Formats: sequence, structure tokens, C-alpha cells
Amino acid sequence: MIKIENLHASINGKEILKGLNLTVNAGEVHAIMGPNGAGKSTLASVLAGREDYEITAGSVTFFDKDLLELSTEDRAREGLFLAFQYPVEIPGVSNVNFLRTAINEKRAYHGQEPISAKDFMAMVREKSALVELDSKLSTRSVNEGFSGGEKKRNEIFQMAMLEPKLSVLDETDSGLDIDALRIVSHGVNALKTAENASIVITHYQRLLDYIVPDVVHVLYDGRIVKSGPKELALELEERGYDWIKESL
Amino acid sequence: MANYTENELAQDLQNQEYKFGFVTDIESETVPVGLNEEIIRLISSKKNEPDWLLNYRLKSFALWKEMTEPEWAHVHYEKPDFQGITYYSAPKQTKKYESWDDVDPELKETMKKLGISMEEQQRLTGVAVDFVMDSVSVATSFKAKLNELGIIFCSFSDAVQEHPELVQKYMGTVVPNTDNFYAALNSAVFTDGSFCYIPKGVRCPMELSTYFRINAGGTGQFERTLVVADEGSYVSYLEGCTAPQRDENQLHAAVVELIAMDDAEIKYSTVQNWYPGDKAGKGGVFNFVTKRGICHTNAKISWTQVETGSAVTWKYPSCILKGDHSIGEFYSVAVTNNYQQADTGTKMVHLGKNTKSTIISKGISAGKSQNSYRGLVQIHKGAKNARNFSQCDSLLMTDECGAHTFPYIECKNPTAKIEHEATTSKIGEDQLFYCMQRGISEEKAISLIVNGYCKEVLNQLPMEFAVEAQKLLAISLEGSVG
Repeated sequence: MIKIENLHASINGKEILKGLNLTVNAGEVHAIMGPNGAGKSTLASVLAGREDYEITAGSVTFFDKDLLELSTEDRAREGLFLAFQYPVEIPGVSNVNFLRTAINEKRAYHGQEPISAKDFMAMVREKSALVELDSKLSTRSVNEGFSGGEKKRNEIFQMAMLEPKLSVLDETDSGLDIDALRIVSHGVNALKTAENASIVITHYQRLLDYIVPDVVHVLYDGRIVKSGPKELALELEERGYDWIKESL
Repeated sequence: MANYTENELAQDLQNQEYKFGFVTDIESETVPVGLNEEIIRLISSKKNEPDWLLNYRLKSFALWKEMTEPEWAHVHYEKPDFQGITYYSAPKQTKKYESWDDVDPELKETMKKLGISMEEQQRLTGVAVDFVMDSVSVATSFKAKLNELGIIFCSFSDAVQEHPELVQKYMGTVVPNTDNFYAALNSAVFTDGSFCYIPKGVRCPMELSTYFRINAGGTGQFERTLVVADEGSYVSYLEGCTAPQRDENQLHAAVVELIAMDDAEIKYSTVQNWYPGDKAGKGGVFNFVTKRGICHTNAKISWTQVETGSAVTWKYPSCILKGDHSIGEFYSVAVTNNYQQADTGTKMVHLGKNTKSTIISKGISAGKSQNSYRGLVQIHKGAKNARNFSQCDSLLMTDECGAHTFPYIECKNPTAKIEHEATTSKIGEDQLFYCMQRGISEEKAISLIVNGYCKEVLNQLPMEFAVEAQKLLAISLEGSVG
């Protein structure tokens, strides 16, 4: 589904990603772990198309398209979704209006008619139940006045509504209590199919108790330095990252 | 706003240039260029006015000649050459329109292009429209139906002929001809406008609307609006404005007077889209308007304005809260782009006891424009327990534009409570990125964010106009983030 080869990216002249390789196939869940400053969030931003970053080398192929050539909005319309670490507030814009706009932009891109109000509302009801998001929140302004947990649940709700092919979850577990973590994970698991895939970026093994990955990668100093089965996460939790640094 | 669809917006966004810039090819009757007593007499005689009105004009002219143009506003422009303006221009008409069918087809076409198909409005919506092109009112719809309720809604000229006692009684009582330079000029040369009277206890069943249009070149537009809501009555009134695209600056100096008697309520909404000039700042309308209302006991006046047009805007819709328990409200969205300048706000003058005022002002600056809020909250000695809440927010779209806030507060009664909140923010890269990551294009994201920012004000507009205003905001700000 996505193939990242020798990706180099820098911000303000400082190189963060230094030759990153990663391949994710449909139906797979990949976890990316790593110490602070390794480049985890940079990877998420670069994939989503944040302009602050400069790509200096490498390629990213998303299905058969050159992802780096696509605009931010076209990447989203092609099926790339980023669950933000810090979801943004948009005062005065209701969640439903925001989502309906997003869905219709995507549909227009694929040559489809706008979604009917009836289908849309049915979808809102179904998907908000999935993450136990109070239906009142869907009519409130996007993320405005939401608690930390509500913001993260809202990200997964949006993910459910937009039905992406590849979801990148950037530290979705940060700031969540156990109950919220369970709800968010349940949502992510329920959305998993044989056709879509996820990249879960996290600091802690804890999340991976709920979202079980097929592969765990260690990102260190801008590159993936170790990959392994889900047990690797447990080992990292126990031993930290130093032994990996030393083995390099 | 429920009916607004994304497709409609997309279509409008494609048509991003000022779309009302066309000129209607219609024969006009104009008076010679320039301003002197003779011109004023000529205008007055063309309109077959009574002596008292001619005298009022001449007196105003004499006052105006003694005044100097004020310079305190935060705007810079080349002063109009008052001798280079044509003060009266009317679409030529051989007879008075008795019904809609009599209206010149060219005029009907103009209205259609402006999106105010009167035929449709007559059939579908409950909006009565008065259409003022250049100096005169050309058509008013729904007259008969309003007549049944005793509501008078007609052009100012008709009111002078048919209801001289009402005009004479109220005209100039809220905005006297001594008020300011442009009010004096208007009082001398005004040509038409709208007049509205709601009798005691009547709730006007439909929106009343005046559509102002400058068509002829080199003309100024000087209209007057006078709305009188008698005891216990209610009216919602809307004005819209457009002008053709011209390289020279055109002057618009209007006067609006509102009178809300005891227990009456007037809601006055404006969607102002005068031609703002081109991208380099050439041309555009100078919009120098005096708007003021007076509230008697228990009365309420609410001003809502969406200002997207004009090269220079200079106006302060105000409320004099004379009666006890009266309420004044001001909701404003002012957008400036390219080289536009706006100095706008309100005055809330609290005279009566337990008077209340609310000011919500949302300024949006883009391009190299300058956007100022200027407001005065004045609590007089006798205004016991007066309350005011003001909120002034500014949104900046680029690094080259400016937002300024000049709030004045004068309080002479210790029991008053006055609150003022102000924020300035730049449209967030993070917000835009968030929207775009969800597949929303940058233009649409801006429109969403800006409309969200203005929601409190847009919600005050009648439904049809809220949709129009929403589109207008999107068009005005097209491609403006930098």
C-alpha cells in the first residue's frame, strides 16, 4: 500500500529523517516506537504533507502514486488520514459541517455525488457510537472546549467517517486515561479490514495491549533501526532504548 | 444557512472577481455636474417638493459650506471634489410604475443579475423590496399587502408626497443636519431612499428590504432612510448595496435614521458590497454614512452589518438609549482586502435607567488593508444601572494588513457595569493544515474558518441574507492567506 524508500527530510536546515525505509501492506498494523526526537512525529507530518518540511531525498509510493507529488488535500482524498497528536480547535465550525464538507470534497475528487443529508446523519449516528462520542459533541464546534480524551475520540470518529485506506495515528494514546484508551483502541480495531492499514506511532507499549500490531519498528535518529514481531514492544518497555543504541 | 450547499459555494468561488461590476445601459436623466444653490433648487423642483423641504435643504447646504471635512478617522484617501460630482441621476422613466409589469425590462434584468428577482421574491419569500438605482427608487414590492396593516413602505420621495406630515415630523430628529460634514451634505442634496412607518402594535409580517445600486458614472449616491416604529411595533429591515466597477472613486454619503417608540423593536441589517476598487487599489466607493437610532422606553434597536465592499468605509451605526430599559445592539463583520480601508464601529449612548447595550465586532483584514474598530460607550449621569458588553475580535490573514481597535468609554454614573473584551489572532496555519488533511481545499478551509469566526454575527441575519453574506465573505477573501 505504502512504500517509503530512503526518505530524507529536514526542517529549518536540520535533517530529521535520514534515510527511512518502511513498507506497509493492506490489512497490516505497524507500530513505530522510539525515543524522543527520533523523528516519529516528523514522519507523520511529512506523510500528511506539512509544508514546513523539506524533502531532500527518497520516495514515497502510495498505491501506484507518488505521494510526495500530491497536495495535502489530495493525499487525504486518496485515503491517507492523520490522527493528530494535538487536534486543532476551529471555533464556530460545527463538527458535522466540517465532516460533511470533508466527505463531499473527497467524493467530488472521486467523481461522486455529494452525500445525502439522510445518509450522512445515519453515518454520524453509527460512527459516533463506535467511539462512544456523545452525539451532542458532533454538533459542537470542532474540538472547541473538548477534553483531551474527547479530542482524541473525535479524531477516531473522523477517521471512521472518512474511511481512509491508511491511517497514521500520531501518539493517539498521549494524555488518555485507561478508559479513553480502551474506547479509542476499540474504535481503531473495529475499523480494521483486510483493505486498510494503520501506522501507530507511540511512546508506550501500553497502547499495543489494545491495538495489536503485526510489526513493531524502532525509529532512532531518523531511521528505522530494528523491526520485529509484537514482542519487540514488550522488550523495549522492559529494557528501554539504550541496548538498541549500543548495538548500532 | 441550512440550505447552503458546498456546490453553490464552489461555483461562487470560481467567480471570485467582483461580480456586480457591470453597467446597465439605461438612459438616465441627470442634472449638471457640481453643487450650488441652483442645483439644489433643481433637484427639489424635479421632485416636486414642498417649500419646507427645500428650505431644509438650503439651510443644510449653508451649514455644510461652513464645515470642514473631518480627518480623525484612521483612513487615507484623496478627498472628493465636490464640484466634480453629479448630484442627481435617475433612470429615465416616462411614467410611474403602477405594477411590476410596467418596469423597464433593462431594469428587471439588472435586478436579476443582482440576484434580486422581484418576481420571485414576490412569489416565494416574504420579503418586500424597494429598489433604489442611483438617485431614485424604481420599484417597491408588496405595497398593497403592507397597506392592509397600515404599514407604509415606500421610496422617500413618495413619502414626501403622500405622507409629508410624518416625514416632516421625524426627518432630521435623530441625525440633524448640523451633525457632521457628510450628514449636512446629504441633507442638502439627498435624492431618494426608503421610508417606513409601522403603526402602533403592528408586527411587520415580512422582511423589508432596500437594494441600493449606483449605476451612472460620476454620480454620488445620497440617500436617506427613515424608519419609524410606533409604540409596541416590530420591523426587520435589510439593505444591500452594489456598484459597477469604475476606475474613479464614487461617493456614497447616506443618512439612516431609526426611531423606536415605547416598546417597539427595530432590527436593521446591512450587507454592504459596494465596489471595493481593483487589486491595485484603484477606484471603489467611498462609503461615508451616518446611521443612528433612538430608543424610547423599553424599545430595542439592533444593528447587524456585514461590510465587505467599498474602498473606504467610515460609519458607526449608533443607538441613543433615551428611554428607561431600552436596549441597543451592534453586530458587525467588516472584511477588508487588497487596499481597502474601514473605520467602523458604533456609539452606544446610555441616557435612560437600566439601559443595556451589546457590541460584537469581528474585523477581518487581508491583503494590505487596514481595518479599524472605533466605538464609544457613553453612560450619562442619569443612566442608573446601565450595562454594556463589548467584544472586539480581529483576524489577520496576512503579514501586511493591519487591525486597530479604538474603544472609547465615558462613564458618569457609578452604578454602570461596562465590560470590554478584545482579541487579535492570525488565521492559523495549524487550522488550515488540519482542514486540508481532512481533504478540504485551502480556499474552502478559509471560508469555513472565517464563517465560524463570524458565526455570532451571521446568526443575527435573516436566513436568506445569512447565506448571501456567507458566500460574500468567501468571495471577498479568496486567495488572501499569506
